[in-house]
Formats: sequence, C-alpha cells, structure tokens
Amino acid sequence: MPRYIGKEMSRVDGVAKVTGRAKYAAEFRAPNLAYGFVVLGAVAKGRIRDIDAREAERAPGVVRVFTHLNAPKLGQKASTEYAPPRNTREQDKSFRALQSDRIYFNAQPVALVVAETYEQARYASRLVKVAYDAERHTTDTEAVRESARAPSQGPPPKPRGNPEAAMKAAPVKVEAEYRIPVEHHNPMEPHAAVAAWAGDKLTIFDKTQDVYGVRAHLASTFGVPEADVNVVSPYVGGAFGSSLRPNYYPALTAMAARELRRPVKVVYTRTQMFTGHGHRPYTIQKIALGAEASGKLTAMIHTAVHNTSTFEEFNDNTTGFTRQVYACPNLFAPTLIVPTDLPTPTWMRAPGAVSGMFALECAMDELAYALKIDPLELRLINYAETDPESGRPFSSKALRECYRLGAEKFGWKARRMEPRSMRDGRLLVGWGTATGVWGAFQSRASARITYRADGTAHVTSATSDIGPGTYTVMTMIAAEYLGNRPEQVRFELGDTNFPRAPAQGGSQTTSSVGSAVHGAALAVAAKLLTLANQDAASPLKGAAAADVEMLDGRLRLKGDPSKSVSIPDVMRRNSLTEVTETFESRPSPERQKYATMAHGAQFVEVKVDPDLGQVRVTRAIEVTACGKIINPKASHSQEIGGVVWGIGMALTEATEIDHRYGRIMNPNLQHYHVPVNADVHEVETVFVEEDDKVVNPLGVKGMGELGMVGIPAAIANAVFHATGRRVRDLPITPDKLL
Amino acid sequence: MRPFKYTRASDAGAAAQAVALNPRAKFLAGGTNLLDLMKEDVERPDELVDLSRLKLSEIRAAGGGVSVGALAKNSDTANHPLIRRDYPLLTQAIVAGASGQLRNMATNGGNLMQRTRCQYFYDTAMPCNKREPGTGCGAREGLNRIHAIFGWSDKCVATYPGDMANALYALDAVVRVRGAQGRERTIPVNDFHRLPGDTPEKDNNLQHGELITAVELPKSPFAKNSYYLKVRDRASYAFALVAVAAALEMNGSTIRQARVVLGGVAHKPWRSAEAEAALAGRPASEESFRRAADAALAGAKPLAHNAYKVELGKRAVVRALMRAARLV
Amino acid sequence: MSDEFDEGSGPELTADEEALVKEMPALIDIGQARRTFLGQTLAGGMGLFALMLLEKEQALAALGTEPGAVFAPAPALENPVRVALKVNGAARTLEVDSRMVLLDALRERLELTGTKKGCDQGQCGACTVIVDGRRVLSCLTLAATVEGREVTTVEGLAKGDELHPVQAAFIKYDGFQCGYCTPGQICSAVGLLEEARRGDVSHVTEDVTAKVGRLSDDEIRERMSGNICRCGAYPKIVAAIQEVHSGRESARTWHFVEEEELARVRKEWEADETV
Repeated sequence: MPRYIGKEMSRVDGVAKVTGRAKYAAEFRAPNLAYGFVVLGAVAKGRIRDIDAREAERAPGVVRVFTHLNAPKLGQKASTEYAPPRNTREQDKSFRALQSDRIYFNAQPVALVVAETYEQARYASRLVKVAYDAERHTTDTEAVRESARAPSQGPPPKPRGNPEAAMKAAPVKVEAEYRIPVEHHNPMEPHAAVAAWAGDKLTIFDKTQDVYGVRAHLASTFGVPEADVNVVSPYVGGAFGSSLRPNYYPALTAMAARELRRPVKVVYTRTQMFTGHGHRPYTIQKIALGAEASGKLTAMIHTAVHNTSTFEEFNDNTTGFTRQVYACPNLFAPTLIVPTDLPTPTWMRAPGAVSGMFALECAMDELAYALKIDPLELRLINYAETDPESGRPFSSKALRECYRLGAEKFGWKARRMEPRSMRDGRLLVGWGTATGVWGAFQSRASARITYRADGTAHVTSATSDIGPGTYTVMTMIAAEYLGNRPEQVRFELGDTNFPRAPAQGGSQTTSSVGSAVHGAALAVAAKLLTLANQDAASPLKGAAAADVEMLDGRLRLKGDPSKSVSIPDVMRRNSLTEVTETFESRPSPERQKYATMAHGAQFVEVKVDPDLGQVRVTRAIEVTACGKIINPKASHSQEIGGVVWGIGMALTEATEIDHRYGRIMNPNLQHYHVPVNADVHEVETVFVEEDDKVVNPLGVKGMGELGMVGIPAAIANAVFHATGRRVRDLPITPDKLL
Repeated sequence: MRPFKYTRASDAGAAAQAVALNPRAKFLAGGTNLLDLMKEDVERPDELVDLSRLKLSEIRAAGGGVSVGALAKNSDTANHPLIRRDYPLLTQAIVAGASGQLRNMATNGGNLMQRTRCQYFYDTAMPCNKREPGTGCGAREGLNRIHAIFGWSDKCVATYPGDMANALYALDAVVRVRGAQGRERTIPVNDFHRLPGDTPEKDNNLQHGELITAVELPKSPFAKNSYYLKVRDRASYAFALVAVAAALEMNGSTIRQARVVLGGVAHKPWRSAEAEAALAGRPASEESFRRAADAALAGAKPLAHNAYKVELGKRAVVRALMRAARLV
Repeated sequence: MSDEFDEGSGPELTADEEALVKEMPALIDIGQARRTFLGQTLAGGMGLFALMLLEKEQALAALGTEPGAVFAPAPALENPVRVALKVNGAARTLEVDSRMVLLDALRERLELTGTKKGCDQGQCGACTVIVDGRRVLSCLTLAATVEGREVTTVEGLAKGDELHPVQAAFIKYDGFQCGYCTPGQICSAVGLLEEARRGDVSHVTEDVTAKVGRLSDDEIRERMSGNICRCGAYPKIVAAIQEVHSGRESARTWHFVEEEELARVRKEWEADETV
C-alpha cells in the first residue's frame, strides 16, 4: 500500500507562498540593478522611418535607450525543442526585439529605455519619438479566411473513408459555424527577467515554463555555449502556455545587461503582455455531422481556420482530437492557418483541444436535438472502443464510467430535453454536458537524487511549477520510493544546473518528471543493494533490484520484509555518507501499441436571467479518468482551475482588436474580463482512477488541460438548454442573449 | 508618469490656492483613477496637491438631510448608518462599483471626478478628442460596444463609468465647492457633469482650482422604494454595460413621484425626465414600468456595436422599478 | 540616494532572512554544496524554501558589476519626498521619488517582495496591503501619501512561526496554485474579516438597511471579487475564509470512485441495450 501516493497532501511550498517568501523572477535582487522599460510601437505593419531617443536619453536617470539603430544583432540560429506537447524540432523564428526597422505587429517593441529607477525608465519611455512608414495591414482573420492553408509542417490533412458522400447520404445532418476570439493567458505574474553577466557567462532569473528552452535560446542569441547560461526560475506566477516559448524580453534584458555591463531587470506591464507573448488564435470552425436516425455518426467534416503571424507558423491543431473522440468511419478534419499582422499565437491552456471540442461538442448537442436523443445518450451511442484514427486499443479508457457516474451524481435523469423547460423562480435553468479529452503525453526527463545516511534526500530536476503542485507531487513520489518522509525530501526545480526536464506544458510533467524521480529513487535502491551485497552476510544476497524496496531507512525484500538491512549501516561500511543517482526516463516503446489518452465527462448547470441575459454557472461536475491521481488535493485544484478557465472562455473573455489600426484595444484587466470570485460557484470533482501500466510506471496521465476541455461547450449547451438560444460565437455576453 | 511636485495640503484653502496658481496642478484624493491615468500618460500634471490630511470626511445630518464629506471614503459612506437608513440607493450604488479595496481608497469627491473608461482615451497611440482635442474620436467608428447611446457628439461617444453618481442624480444631491479665493458655491449634481459636445476634454463644470468639499443629500422620500441595478459582463468588479438607479415615492399603490437614472449610457448619468413623467400618478405595475422604460429609451441613438443597450436599458429599467416597488 | 536612510542596500540579507539565519545556523554555509538537512516542519518549510531562494539570489549578487559598467550621469532623485511610516510594526524612513507608489517602495526599496505587482492599475488586487487597518491597493497609493501610516503586508501577518489563521486556512484548503495572487488574497481576506465584524454591507446584501450577520459564501465571493486568481482557486479561497470567519469547515468537494460504485455502473450498462 502506498504511503503517500494517492493521499491528500498540502503543498510543500505552501508556507513560502502564504507568507510572501516565495520569490518570483522580478523579485531577485542584484547590486547596481538598472531598470528597463519597453517602448511599444503604434502601427501594425511597415517600417520605422525615424526614431528619436535624444530627449529620452537626456531625461534624469536614463542610462541608455536601445533601438534597432544601436542594439547589437542577436543570433537566430536553430535551437531546441521547446514545443510541447507536439515536440516539433523547428528553427527558432520567434520574434526578437530591436533587430530591424520592420514592424510586424501593432504594439511591437521599438525601444528599451534603461534607467537607474523604474519611475525614471517609465517616464523616459514616453519621450521616445517614433515616425513610421505604415503599410496596409490585415489583422482580421475573417477577412482572409479564404486564403487559409494547411501548415507546412506535418502531413497534409487526409480524409478517413468518404466523408463527402457519407454526409450527402446521411439521414440527419447538422451544420454550423463557431467562432472563438483571440484570448490572452493573463497569468497574474507579469513576465519578467533579471539578467547579469560575468564576462561571457550569463545568469538570468526568468519567468518560464522551460528553463532549458530559454537557455538554448539565449545561448544561440548571444553565441555563447549553453553551459555558460544559467536560467533560474524557482517560482512562476502562472503561465498557462505564455511562457512555453522564450518570449522577446529575456534576450532583450540580457542584451541590455551585456551592453551596460551591469544587471538589468525588465518587467512587462499588463498591457505589454498582450503583445509580449502569443495568444489563443482567432478560430473559425465549420462543422458538419451526419448521422443515422439511431444516432450513429456516419460522417464528420470539421474544418478549423485560425491566424498565425507573417513571420512564423503556429498550428493550434484545433481539430486534432476530433479524429479520436467518436467512432465514425467517414471523417475529414483539417486545421488551416492564415497569416495576419498580429504576433504569433501560442499554446494557451488546453490548446487546440478546448477550441476544437467547443465546436464539436456543441455540434453534438445540436445533433442530439435534431435527433431528439438525449445528448449524453448520443455520446454513448458513438463511444469509441478503440482509437478511431489508428485502430489501436486505448491503454485505458474509463470514459463510459465518467459519463454514467457524472450523470448520476449530477442528477441528469431529471433533465427535461425541451429548452426553456426548467426554471428556478424567474431564472431559466439549463443543464449541459460535454466530453473532455487530452493526450497522455510523456517526454524524456531526468532527475537526480542524493540520498543521505540520515534518511534525507535532495532531489532535483529542471522542471517548473507554474501552479499544479509539482514541488509537492515530486516530493511525494520521492518519499514514496525512498521510503522516507516527505519532510525529509527537498525537491528543487527551475534551474539549468539541474538535470534536464521538458517544458511544463501539455500536462506531461508528472508523467515525465515523475517517472524520472521514480526511476532515480529505484536507482538509489539498486545502488544500495549492490553496496549491501558486498557484505557476505547480507540477508539480501541473490535479490534483484526489482525485489527490494526502501522503507524507513532500511532496504528490504518486498516479498519478505523480515529480510532487510539498515541503510546507514550499509553506507558506513562503505565509508559513504550519501548516494547520488541520476536517472533519465523515456516513454516506453510499449506505448506505441496503444492510443494513450485521458478522458472526462463534464456537467454544468447554468441559471440565466431571461431579461438581462446574465449567465451564472451555478454547478459544475468534473468526472475525470486520467490514470492514477498522485495528490488529489492539488489535482482537484487543477480541475477547479479548468472550470474557471472554461467559464472565462465561454462567458467573458475576448481580446478586442480595432482592425482599422490592427491594435488590441483592451490590453488590461478592466476590459479583458477574466472570471472573478463571484463568477464561480460549486465545482465538484470525481476521480475515476484507471490502472494503466502502459503510459508510464506511475500510471499517471496528467490533467492540467483536461479539466478545461469540455467546459466551454458544456456551458454553451447549458445556455441553449436554458434559453433556446444557440450562441456559437464566444464569449456569451449578456447582449447576445437579449 | 511625468515628474511632479508633491505637496501635502494642510487645509482646504491652501489646497485650492495651490492648484489655482498652477494650471497643470491637480488635487490628489484617493488616487484610484488619477494615478492609473498618470501611469498611462493620459493625465500629465506637474504638481499634485495631496488632500488626504484635510478634515473633509465627516458624514453628518444637516438640514433634514445628510452632508457627506468630499473626502469620506466610498466604503465609509456606503456603510454609514444614516446613509444605509435614509439613502439605501446610494449604499447600493457605491457597493456595486469597483472592489472592497478600491472603495476603501476612493473618495466621494474623487468618484464624481472619475474619468471615462473608453479604450481609446486610455491608449495614447490612438486618437481621442477627450485626451487630446482635435485628434478625432477613435470609438465613433471603432469598437463602441461599451459606449454612449445618449447625448454623444461626433467628437466623443464616451460614457461616465461611475455608479455612485447615478444614485446621487436620483437623490437630487448638491455638490458643495470651494474656489481658490475661498468663495463657496453649490452645484446641483444634475448640472455637475457635462455632455461632450465640442469640448469633450471637459468632463464637468468645475473651474480649475475649485475643490469639492461636500455632497449634500436633501431629505429623501425614496428610502423605502429604491433600487440600484447594474448589468455587467461578469458578476462583479466590472463597469456597467447599463445601470439603473430607480426610486419611487409611493402613495398607497400609486406612484407620487419617481426617479430614473441610467448609467453607462452617456457622458453623464442619464436622468430620464420622460420616464419619471410617465410614472408620476400611475399605479406601480409592470405595465407602468414598461411604458416608462420605453419612454426612457425612446431617444436613444445607438452606435454600431451598442444597439443592445437600448433593449437592455429598457429591461433594466423595468427590473429596477419592479425591485424598487418590491414587486419582485 | 542618501545613506542616512535605513532602506535596504542590494544583496544584503533582509531582516527576515537574517532572523532565519540566526534561527537555523545551518544556513551559514550557504553556497556550499553540502549542509545539514533542515527538518521540514511548518516553520522549517518556511525556512527551507526561503533558503533555496536565498542561495540563488546570493549567486546573482556575487556577480556584481563588471568593469566599465554604465551609469546615468548624476542620477539624483527627482522631486524627493521624505516619508516616515511603520511597516509590519517597524518604523521605516524613506526618501522617494514623488512618482513612486507604495507597491514599488515595498518591493524595490524595502525588500518586501511579498506584495505583488499584477497589473499596476487597480484591476487585479495582487498588490493589496493593509493600511491603518484597511485593505487598499498599494499600486494606486503614492508612497509619499503614507507618511505616518501603518502598513501591514503579507510578511507581517504571521507571529513568528505561527501563521495567521487566514494563511493556515489557505494551506489547509489549497486556496492557491501559482501563489502569485495569494499575498493579495490573504491581505484582502484579513481586511474583509474586519469589515464583516463591523457589519459592512456588500453588493449582494439583500437588505442594506438591516444588520449584517454571518457572511454567506456568496457574500464572501462578492467581497473577494477584487482579487483575481487566474489559477481559479476561488472556491477554495471562499472555503478558507469561511472557516476563519465562522468556524465552519467546508465539506470536501472531490472523491475517488470506489470499486463497488464502478462495478455497479458497469453492471447497469450491461443491462442497458442502447450502449
């Protein structure tokens, strides 16, 4: 029986966080620190004709103003894999600031003012005068959707079966178009870096989900060996994908620090965040579903079009999961992209999946109404027993259990199919459901454990903890397999001095890094076994590494715990005070025989004021099948977070662009509405654990994205059920329900 | 934020004088709006006169009504027993706005001086006649979902964003003002804010250097039947799409007189004389309220993206009156 | 900057860190590879994580300035204002640029980085501190205006190793994830509890003319809506505050499905021919 895994544990970094001692990137001090403030451009496309920084440079406290005219050229050679969950190896074409007079998007950085104080830098930033030769721009994806094409990377989209003919022949059809606006991550911590050089060696504190990715980026940028760049990021105040890629500011900060030969700090303002990293792309989806009267799907045609930038391709893979959710012999589901003069989009929580599943799961609801079949029933009718795309079996899939248990828990049976048929006083009540799906990803990851004679352990891996509770879960895994107590484990992350780990994205951290920590702990046990058996009298003679386990300072036979040795004694006999092992975990080849995915069923209740159009999500139940749950306490928090994000996407969030100027007009939290406390009510999580030995030795699948995937569709479906109004363009603001 | 001289005023006279002497000086009260706009380089004072030490935060009974100090915090005002008992509409309006923290900082005088939340006003790269006269109005042909449906001009379609003032308009409040030379005057709150016309840079009718010292609330017949309704894009901490301050003086089941003020629809709180006239002498019923709502919104001129405010405004007026009349 | 003031100077230890080092002599060997392990009790946890960060910061501080470093000519403070205030009970004196807000004074000058900058515009609540007993936003408070005031930040809430009840409840209910909005949430909650004791009303108070009693969950939601948590820990934040406010423990809102439950539903659908 596990001692820690699967049991509730409070966060090991909890005290640091509630007392204000947890330090985020911008909070690290350095002597003689100078403050950089970014100046943003004012046109969407064209060239900088003239830039006059003289007044700014004369302003009190200003050290220097960097523009494309005096900034050193930054290297741009191919770097590393920083693209989870899809792990494409592509050239680093990411935007770098101040490299030419070219303007690629509105609110692009055009200068960096560095001053002795923040107040001085901020003021002088207003004194930089820029003149532009503007060119005709396009920021409206709608206007150019016809020129969308398949991404150049990856295989061209291929149909399954004969979707066109099957659609034509289908007795029941629904067809509709759905829209998702540009959205921004808006983590609470603004992106920030503090950079300092010692000769050609760089130390940088950065807000990132991927210290190794930033290291490779900076090494190539400055033409220095990767080993001379130390990226440190012990705490990340939320990121949600916005720090998966190296944004432009770490290189900009390091450049200024190198030129000025002193430490420099650059922190985005909230406004700068809106063009300082990517966004969820504007996505138009056309979807047609054909079915027999029984509800059996016969054809699915799902086309997504979203924006990318003019200088880089981004593919959100919007329709990826459409191929794998329902059993359907005829399908075509391409994702197309079209360049616009906005920054490159990027992954944003549940990227692609939540967008694609919004359209698909709303369309399924529409189909249910066309067929007069209960929406949940329709999903069960089309349940995919094996992966419809590859034909392979699922390594585990307890989705049917999720549907059933969720329906029971939610009271779905009492739902009346007819829209506007349920009320609470004058409020309309609506119940909606949708399916959640996400891949059970795993990447190569390493961890190092130093286990000491006194039973304590130091565990390191260069992963990140942007909020899911990685510090805690790795501590639990280490303690479980080292047989000591969590308070004897010190787990550290977020530093390129630690063994390599993948970016924290795609819900792969526990599966990847957790497997590495698990492996390193087993390696420690194996090492101790070897050491123990150097003693002729060892009771463990003849035992294989797999036969032993560590517990409370002893190494013992799993099958016969009476046979054990004292670890401190073993170490003493070998004149050791500690044992250190590094382990790299890799996805097992066994995975290739299966489809490995996480699933969930999501149920929500909304109450709608029929006069004022205000929607409240009064109840949400997440039923989740994602393998083994290590720390249900933090996992539940992830699920709640997914619901809150789903509420934001469904009801409140949109980045508004004035296409005349190609400029984002609500780059702040007063007009970009993320949900507040009063928007969120009951959220309940039900874990249906799966025993999955294929995905990884811990049997975990990850859930940071999964919990969000079905929520926007479930809410939109519930709003339809409540009001009879099918809103296909997010967000569902009051004006759309009048 | 531009460099500025900071002085801490010890009395109202000195404060008013200091600002009057410098055309680029401004009073600093709660700072919740001014400092934000200074960081955005929208407001550019070169001198701030800090009012926080002035004794202008008293809330007291006066002449049958209540006098509320200009520097009383929003939260203290909303929670004062006299206000809660006699002017619950004001309490409701204040707590519908901003957040607990902001209401602990914001003052009543400052709240009246609050500037628009128009996105084009905030972005110095965009045209805005309010911020820089002569540059044009970005919102007129741009994104104007949150903008005015009443009283706008081609120069400006911005709205006054506050909540408190909507209630003050309904309560016939009077703003007491002290000039640089110590001369006091009063301005009925209905005449305090301006419509944009050709001078959208002017939000209100204060002279430079005039200091709000108090807001006076006359004895109110509306304490029993009033309601403040706010419709917004999320459940809290957001500006109004449409707000309604509704107040009724009842004579049995008949309305003796009514106040209907809409927020979020114009450059100032929009008091609807038409709706009020339609209600006077009528029975308190949904039908009367619908007629009043139609009258209130009859003159609306929506822009490209805010036609919904006309229908939403009508429904909000009906709902607010129903609540005020305690019919729902 | 003048030396006569007691503001922090770069890489030296803050008072808190100094106390920590005294408390835990093992920290003296910071920077060395090996050290005696520190037990991770609640208090030790605080020390442990502070220690890890301290070590990283020291590495940066050691880098120092390189020869030829560029400085602004005569970077004198503009419009200096001298401010004497109390921060977490200690008298502090600062000379600040008139443009400096309290938030930056805390973070950049007093080395109190517990107070967070989320938007710098009064739109998120991350910078919430308590001034003279009330929760306010430090990003919209000029440092110059807090002359003579008492400022309490998240660093000042615990009594030694004993966490403030709100802090303890946040841990108990997992009322945070990334932790960045957390100090603001906690200071806001502490302010809210005082407002509740005073009987203040809110937007969701049904009758503002009546006395306000124990706060419902909806009341807490509304009163905490000025603090955005992008991770979405809201329900747990409400549970934590409710427990401190009323002593009422909130029920657990997750569960593992038991084997018997699974077996039952599986049996049910075998009987159901539609699937």
